Amino acid sequence: MADHHMTASYKERLARNRMGLWLFIISDAFVFIGLFVARVVLLPGQRPHLEQGLGLVVTTMLLVSSFFMNRAETELAHGNRAGFMRGTLITLVLGTIFLIGVVGIEWQIAPFGPADGAQGAIFYAMTGFHAFHVLTGVIFLAIVWNNGRKGHYSAEEHWAVEACAVYWHFIDVVWIFFYPALYLMGTPVL
Amino acid sequence: MNLLSLGLVHGLIAQIAGTIFGMALVMFFRVVAGLPAWEREPVFVGGAIVGAIAFMIGVGALNDWFKWARGEKTSDDISPDPDKPNWTRFFSVDYDHKVIGIQYGVTSVLLLGFGGIFAMLFRLELAEAGITILNSDIFELILGYSGPHLYNSLMSLHGIVMIASILLGVGAMSNYLVPMLIGANDMAFPRLNAFAFWINVPGAIILLSSLFLGGFDTGWVGYPPLSLRAPLGMQMFLLGVYIVGLSSISGAINVIVTVFRLRAPGMTMMRMPIFAWAALATAFIQLTATQLIGLSFQLTMLERLLGMGFFTPDVGGDPILYQHLFWFYSHPAVYVFILPGLGVISELLPVFTRKPLFGYRWVAYSSMGIALVGFFVWAHHMFSSGMSPYLRIPFMYATLLVAIPTGVKFFSWVGTLWRGKITTPTPMLFVLGSIVIFLMGGVTGPPLGTIATDLHLHDTWYVVGHFHDTMFGGYVFPFFAAIYYWFPKMTGRKYDERLGKLHFWLMFPAFMVMTLGQIFLGMLGMRRRVADYDPALGFDPTQLLITIAGFAIFISVIIALYNLIRSARKGEVAVGNVWNSRSPEWQIPNPAPLHNYAHPFHVVGQPYDYGLQDAPYVDMDPAGTPAHS
Repeated sequence: MADHHMTASYKERLARNRMGLWLFIISDAFVFIGLFVARVVLLPGQRPHLEQGLGLVVTTMLLVSSFFMNRAETELAHGNRAGFMRGTLITLVLGTIFLIGVVGIEWQIAPFGPADGAQGAIFYAMTGFHAFHVLTGVIFLAIVWNNGRKGHYSAEEHWAVEACAVYWHFIDVVWIFFYPALYLMGTPVL
Repeated sequence: MNLLSLGLVHGLIAQIAGTIFGMALVMFFRVVAGLPAWEREPVFVGGAIVGAIAFMIGVGALNDWFKWARGEKTSDDISPDPDKPNWTRFFSVDYDHKVIGIQYGVTSVLLLGFGGIFAMLFRLELAEAGITILNSDIFELILGYSGPHLYNSLMSLHGIVMIASILLGVGAMSNYLVPMLIGANDMAFPRLNAFAFWINVPGAIILLSSLFLGGFDTGWVGYPPLSLRAPLGMQMFLLGVYIVGLSSISGAINVIVTVFRLRAPGMTMMRMPIFAWAALATAFIQLTATQLIGLSFQLTMLERLLGMGFFTPDVGGDPILYQHLFWFYSHPAVYVFILPGLGVISELLPVFTRKPLFGYRWVAYSSMGIALVGFFVWAHHMFSSGMSPYLRIPFMYATLLVAIPTGVKFFSWVGTLWRGKITTPTPMLFVLGSIVIFLMGGVTGPPLGTIATDLHLHDTWYVVGHFHDTMFGGYVFPFFAAIYYWFPKMTGRKYDERLGKLHFWLMFPAFMVMTLGQIFLGMLGMRRRVADYDPALGFDPTQLLITIAGFAIFISVIIALYNLIRSARKGEVAVGNVWNSRSPEWQIPNPAPLHNYAHPFHVVGQPYDYGLQDAPYVDMDPAGTPAHS
C-alpha cells in the first residue's frame, strides 16, 4: 500500500497496472454479457444458420493461439527471447487467421445479412464486437512483437507483454462463450 | 500568449478536420461498395466518430501512449512548463489531478448552463396553455424546426445535458478530492485521467450538435421504436452519450486503483475520509453498468444505420430488451449522481457541527450497500412497459430495500447534527438544504417503487418532481456545498459570504416551489414530455409558478458564478485551515501546491474526532520518517 507516486517502484506500478487491467476486463465483460443476454432473448431455442466446419476451424485457431500466447510470456519470463518472439508471432498469425475466417469468410458466405431479422442482428453484432476486440488484440500483439524486436522487455520487467497476454486470453474466454452461443445452442433458424 | 498553442484549440481544429475527413471516408467506402456516395445519416455518424478521435489526437491526450507503442520512454515529471502562464494549463492536456478536477468542474458548470437555458426555454412555453413561444419563426430559421418537436428536443436535451453535467461534476469531485483526501500526490494513472476528461469535450460537442441536426423527441431514455424514427439528431445523442460514457469507465478505473493502492501510511479503509468511500462506491457502478447503456445505444445506432433488427418487433426484435439494457445502467446511474453528493454531506457535517460523524463504519457500508442494491432494481422503471408481470414483485421489493442503506445515512446525519455546535456558513447551508430536499426525494420515491401506485403515477410530472428532488438534494446542493467549501483550497481566496448566502436563500425556496408544483401537477394527472395541456384542466397558475421558480433558480446560479469568478480573482486571501478541519488537505497551503504533500503524512487516528482532546487524525510531519523509497 501507499507508495507515493512520482517515485513509485516498478513493483508498485506493476500492482497498479494489474489492478487497472483487471478492472478494465471486468468492465468490458459487461458488454459481452449484454450481447449474450440479447442473443438468448431474441433467438430463444434457435441459432443462426452458419457454416459448422468453418466455426470449428476458427475456434480451434483462437484456442491454440492462447496456448502460444502463454508460451511467449513464459519464455520471456525465463529469459528466452527467441521463444518469446516466436510465440508472439504465432499468436499474431493465428489471430489474423481467426479474423479472416470470421469477417472475411463467414460474413460473406452467411445466407443472411445484418438486416435479415434477429439472427442477422445477433450474429453480426456478436461476431462484430468480438472481432473488433480480436483486431485490437492483434494490433497490441504487433506492437509487442515490434518492441520485442527492438530489444525491449526483460525477464523481470515486461508489463506490456503480460497485459497483452491477459487481454488475449480474455478475448479467447469470450469466444468460448460466444462459439456455443452462435454455433451450438438451439436449432438453426429456418 | 498565442491561442494557437493551447491544446484545446488544437483539439477543436482537429475535430473539425477529422469530421470532414470522416465524412469523406464514409462516402469513399460507400462508392467502393456500389452505393450512392451521399446519405446523410451514415456520413454524419462516420464524420462524428472520426472527429472525436481526431480531437483526442489533436489535443495531445494520446501522445504518451503513442510513444509507448513505439517503444519510447516518457517523462514522469508532471510539472508544468514554467515558461507558460499558469492559466494555460487548464486549456491543454495536464496530468495534475487538481488541474483535471477543475477542468471537469468548469466543463460541468458550462453544461449546467446549457441544460439550464434549454429548461428556461421550455419552461416559458409551459407557463401558459397553447404552443406560444416555441412556435416563433426564429427557431425555424436557426434550427429548421419549431413547435412541439422543438419542445421535445429541448426537454430531451435538458435531461441528457444535465446528466452529462452531473457526470462531469462527479468527476470533478472525485479527481480533485480523492488523491488529496487519502494523501496521494496524484491519481494512479495520470494519463488515463487526462484522457477521461478530454474525451468529454468532443462528446459534449457531438451531443449538443443534435439540436442543429433535427433534434430528437424521445426524452433522454431514447426508447425504440421512436428512437429508430427520430431525426438525425438522435444519432448525435446516442454517439455523444456513448463517448461521455467512455470517460465514466476510464475515470472509474482510476478512482478504484487510487483508493486501493495510494492511501497514506496508516490510512486503513476505515480511516479514510468518508468521501473516498462514496467515490469508491460510485466508481464500481460506473465501471460496470456504463457498458450496458453503451451497448444499448450502439445497438440502436446499428439498427438505424444497417437495419439490424434488435428492437423492432416485426423483424424479430424486442423493444423491451432495449429497456432492460438501458435501465441496467440508467438506474444505477442515479446512484452515480447522488453517492458523491451524499459523501460530501457526510464529509462536511462533522466540520460544521464540531462532532464526530455518527456511525462512520455504517455510513461507509451504506454507500456500498446502495451501489450493490442499485444493480437489482432497474425494472421498476418498466412496471407499465409490458414486461412479464411476475418480474414486477421482486423488483418492487428490491427497490424498497434501497431505503435501508439510505436511511442509515439520514440516521447518521441527524445523529451528527444532534446537539452539535452548528455554524451555518454557505457550505453548511447547502448541506442542510441537501438533507431536506433529499428527504423529500426519499419520501416521494416509494410510491413510484410500489407497483399499484406507480401504475397511476408513471410518466406523470410526479416522476419529474421526485427526480428533481433526488438530483438537487443528492447532487446540485452538495455540489455547490463542495465548491464553496473547497473554493479556498482551489483558488487560495475566499468567496463572498453574502452572495453565497443569497444564492442559497434564493435557490432553496425557489426549488421547493418548483418541485412541489411538479408533484402537485403530476398527482392531478399532468403527463410528462408533453408540450401542451388543455387550459380547461386549470394547470396554468401552477405552471406559471413553476416557471417563475425555475427562473429564480437560474438567476441564483448566475449569482453563484459571478461570486466564484469574481472571488477567484479579487477575493480575500484565504490563509491556512479556513474551516478548522481535521482533514489532511487543509493542513497544507492554499491553493494546494503542485504535488500536494511535500512528504507523506501518517494517519494516527480517526478522521472525525472533532471535540476530542489529543486525538489527532494525521501527523503531517512524522518525526524521523526515513526518506521515501
